[in-house]
Amino acid sequence: MASRAKRLILSTLGTVLLGFATQASASGEAERPDGWSLLNMTEGVTGVSHSIYDLHMLIFWICVVIGVITFSVMFYSMYAHRKSSGRTPSNFHESTAVEMAWTIIPALILVVMAFPATKGLKDLYDTSEADIDIKITGYQWKWQYEYLGEGVEFISQSSTSLASIYGKAPKSEFYLEEVDKPVVIPVGKKVRFLITAKDVIHAWWVPQLGVKKDAVPGFINETWARVDEPGIYRGRCAELCGKGHAFMPIVVNAVPEEEYLAWLAAQKAQAAVEKEAINNELTFEELMTSGEAAYNRSCASCHGVAGEGIPGAFPALKDSVIALGPVADHLDVVINGSQTNAAMQAFGGQLSEADIAAIITYERNAWGNVPEADKTVQPVDVLKFKQGQ
Amino acid sequence: MATNPVRKTAVWLLFGGIGMFCFALFVLPPLYDVFCEITGLGGKTSGPYTQQQGAKQNGAQQRPVDLERIVKVQFVATNNGAMPWEFKPLVQEVKVHPGQAQKVAFYARNATRRDMVAQAIPSVTPISAAKFLHKTECFCFNNQPLKAGEAADLPLVFFIDAELPRTVNTITLSYTLFDITKQGTEQKAEQSTEKNTGQDAPPLAAVL
Amino acid sequence: MAHGPAKGIGRWLFATNHKDIGTMYLWFSFAMFLLGGFFAMVIRAELFEPGMQIIKPEFFNQMTTMHGLIMVFGAIMPAFVGLANWLIPMQIGAPDMALPRMNNLSFWILPFGFALLASTLFMEGGAPNFGWTFYAPLSTTYAPPTVNFFIFGIHIIGASSIMGSINIISTILNLRAPGMTLMKMPLFAWTWLITAFLLIAVMPVLAGAVTMMLMDINFGTSFFNAAGGGDPVLFQHVFWFFGHPEVYIIIIPAFGVISAIIPTFSRKPLFGYSSMVYATSAIAILSFVVWAHHMFTVGMPLAGELYFMYATLLIAVPTGVKVFNWISTMFRGAITYETPMLFAIAFVILFTLGGFTGLMLAIAPADIQYHDSYFVVAHFHYVMVAGAVFSMTAAVYYWLPKWCGRMYNEALGKTQFWISFIGFNVTFFPQHFLGLAGMPRRYADYSLQFTDWNMVSSIGAFIYGASQLLFLYNVISTIRSGEKTDDPKVWEGAEGLEWTLPTPAPFHTFSTPPDVK
Repeated sequence: MASRAKRLILSTLGTVLLGFATQASASGEAERPDGWSLLNMTEGVTGVSHSIYDLHMLIFWICVVIGVITFSVMFYSMYAHRKSSGRTPSNFHESTAVEMAWTIIPALILVVMAFPATKGLKDLYDTSEADIDIKITGYQWKWQYEYLGEGVEFISQSSTSLASIYGKAPKSEFYLEEVDKPVVIPVGKKVRFLITAKDVIHAWWVPQLGVKKDAVPGFINETWARVDEPGIYRGRCAELCGKGHAFMPIVVNAVPEEEYLAWLAAQKAQAAVEKEAINNELTFEELMTSGEAAYNRSCASCHGVAGEGIPGAFPALKDSVIALGPVADHLDVVINGSQTNAAMQAFGGQLSEADIAAIITYERNAWGNVPEADKTVQPVDVLKFKQGQ
Repeated sequence: MATNPVRKTAVWLLFGGIGMFCFALFVLPPLYDVFCEITGLGGKTSGPYTQQQGAKQNGAQQRPVDLERIVKVQFVATNNGAMPWEFKPLVQEVKVHPGQAQKVAFYARNATRRDMVAQAIPSVTPISAAKFLHKTECFCFNNQPLKAGEAADLPLVFFIDAELPRTVNTITLSYTLFDITKQGTEQKAEQSTEKNTGQDAPPLAAVL
Repeated sequence: MAHGPAKGIGRWLFATNHKDIGTMYLWFSFAMFLLGGFFAMVIRAELFEPGMQIIKPEFFNQMTTMHGLIMVFGAIMPAFVGLANWLIPMQIGAPDMALPRMNNLSFWILPFGFALLASTLFMEGGAPNFGWTFYAPLSTTYAPPTVNFFIFGIHIIGASSIMGSINIISTILNLRAPGMTLMKMPLFAWTWLITAFLLIAVMPVLAGAVTMMLMDINFGTSFFNAAGGGDPVLFQHVFWFFGHPEVYIIIIPAFGVISAIIPTFSRKPLFGYSSMVYATSAIAILSFVVWAHHMFTVGMPLAGELYFMYATLLIAVPTGVKVFNWISTMFRGAITYETPMLFAIAFVILFTLGGFTGLMLAIAPADIQYHDSYFVVAHFHYVMVAGAVFSMTAAVYYWLPKWCGRMYNEALGKTQFWISFIGFNVTFFPQHFLGLAGMPRRYADYSLQFTDWNMVSSIGAFIYGASQLLFLYNVISTIRSGEKTDDPKVWEGAEGLEWTLPTPAPFHTFSTPPDVK
């Protein structure tokens, strides 16, 4: 295709101009540029991302041409018209014709630029005839995905350990761009993303999909993507949303449709299994082990790995009234959120009963905490509290 | 007052500055609301739709129903961060003809141990469809008190304007539920005056 | 008739002389520049490699916020006000500023505003952490308790700016020497006149925005809270209605400085004086109608995005005119390369690069990828640092001999220029790559593929930071022991009323108005 060839030539020229070798384009994740070869915008894997890339390169080259002309004149003048070459300066200081020219010509260039930009923007806004609708909700500091009409929803959060962030463990290849549960979409289908937020403004950005949209609490935004190639595409939150802003990555797994359908069915089956397991009684040790993991995943970013909190911003849990007091109050604040501090979300809808039970048990017994009563909480207690409170 | 030209300039400029402050504080927010109302900016829907409004727009009493077209309307429910209620649409989506009124409901349950007041905030995508979605009855027009443990079906009656651009075939109506228990009491009085009495509401067509 | 300055601290506390107040503004802004620069060093040190090494993410956010606020409101804006105080009366043949006592007040409330702001760093909950753009609800419902100090700080800083602007406009409109028509004024006075009008128009809007925040936080209103019928996006509209003119407030006086320096060292009059005035006015007017190009991903109707894209593209036209005019001024001149000229030329090149990336950012579909990435950070530092800060540095080197009657050390000046120039580009050019490759701004930590360019950027930042200490040393040693000069013109090609005065400029000047040809 002509435009593809043009793109190749332009991008090759671009990297050569910058003095670096081009990186070969292959499929999968392996060819992702990093280090010194990381220079330009991704072409991405959707029609929209391609048209954005083309626009980007077009305006880039227009700027390069204007820049080369302008600076050539300037550098020529800096060399040829230096005083040390023994010149006497001219005295001209206006020329209506020239001034008209350099007002009108740039204006015309801009008009030319505006046409493809307008077309690209219209394309971006065309969310009609979508095959799949996924609602994305931004939280401090994770994402929730809900497959509308399928009854599948889950929370996706960073799986990078705090130890590796703070240099106590090695960093994995996908440091800060790995999640516990990626969002799965089928290739070749138009996926519409409905984006909103629970607390502050976030922005869902996956460069290779050519998608970035703000998630605004109380409001819903939409955008779309049709991914052409299967693969794993990684993105990030792009709007400052508090201290975990850099720690809420996005991973999109684009798979063939059959694989997608199988995945969807498995999600539903798994939800049924989890529902069954609520009635199982767990030992104190089991609760503490899974509680520590769940606590570090969902609570430690504010309350601290050692339950120390952050003075003035987030309360400590070590020796706290909530952790040591009546278990009903403890359940209440975790499940229903805090009435005084908006930062303490209602976790009842975010975490499973098993996780809540484990977290509460952990909080009541870790870091030297000794509760007045109710050392352990079972998943079924959480369920009962949710239903019958 | 000021004969000194310097002082005159300074006083004018000072008034200008104060004027801009008042403009930002008292004019911009309502202006923005009006602008949103007219253009549907930010996917905001307008308040209760009344017969008079329709008559003004169409010049006729009868609202045309476009039986040729079918528009899919999706419902989405979100809880704001610290809102613990259970909140979901009873139907995920409906298909309607433009002009045809449709009744749906959302389910809300206050599962906590305290009485609470909620406010639902509507939002529509695509943004261009917002001004063509008319609600004659909506739980979002009022705040919603629920006692501890209480549940309710919250009703919504709407229709899609027949003028809806042809390019739009799916509309998503989203509600985000906020906990306003703390502010709720003062706002209640104010909002009940705006409450739609239902007299002006057009007759309901058959529920799909 | 003329008396000298008072003795001791009283000279500064009760200063009404425009030169003294200008000096205080300049020193204050330089102190703020070093403080904001120190915060930048903390940011770059943390970003030197992936992982959290030095500080925690919540403190990182306080650093980015304070860096932005202090640089914009504490360093750049007061620096140009200081320059205006020193130069405008001398350039238009006025004895002093029109409202000297208000001048004193507008300076002296500044230290209190910034003390209030900086003191939050030591309070429980920490300093403001919501970015210098302080988007609601992160800055309202979810803000640390110190947000109220931030709001009052902004009010004080805003009041200072407004008073400064009233003073500048009153001076220019009323105190010009006979014969000094508006279209004969040096371009620096013109650009400040336009800037001052912009300030009076938009600083109150900023004050309105923070007042609405204050009421939302403390008095239960719902301007920006969706729960009560407000809209967080309204905050962004109000903020950028202030914010876009604000970025031109920062750069327009720089245009005036460059338009003074390039003709001097080209020994040739400024090309297209009147088109410069018209272009600057056009930029100022357009700045009011393009604000939402900062919000292309927020969810606007298609028509809105198209409008803001077209209007923004339009700004490239007058901006281009200015750059072409500067280059034509140099063309067929007799150019020498003293330190101010080096900075001015670097300004033209780097500001133009910032303009190009601005043009790219204006293309709404492409902005989907650029928005809130390091590409934006690179763009505005090319305009703010290579634009405003370079022009300020050029201005200090250019007028310092006139102010204190001593010549700076040219070799040291040139050394500082080259270190700044290299340091600046090493810092910010790689940030284009980082942004294009997908690194968002305000990230306390990043994934591994971004490591190399971040290291380069951090090294550049330390070099650039060090070059500012050299600048400080050069200025102090000039004032204390620079080679004395009493040549009124200082520079061979300098034109304008300030160069007709004796060097160093006496405490009182133009007590009788000069003749303007």
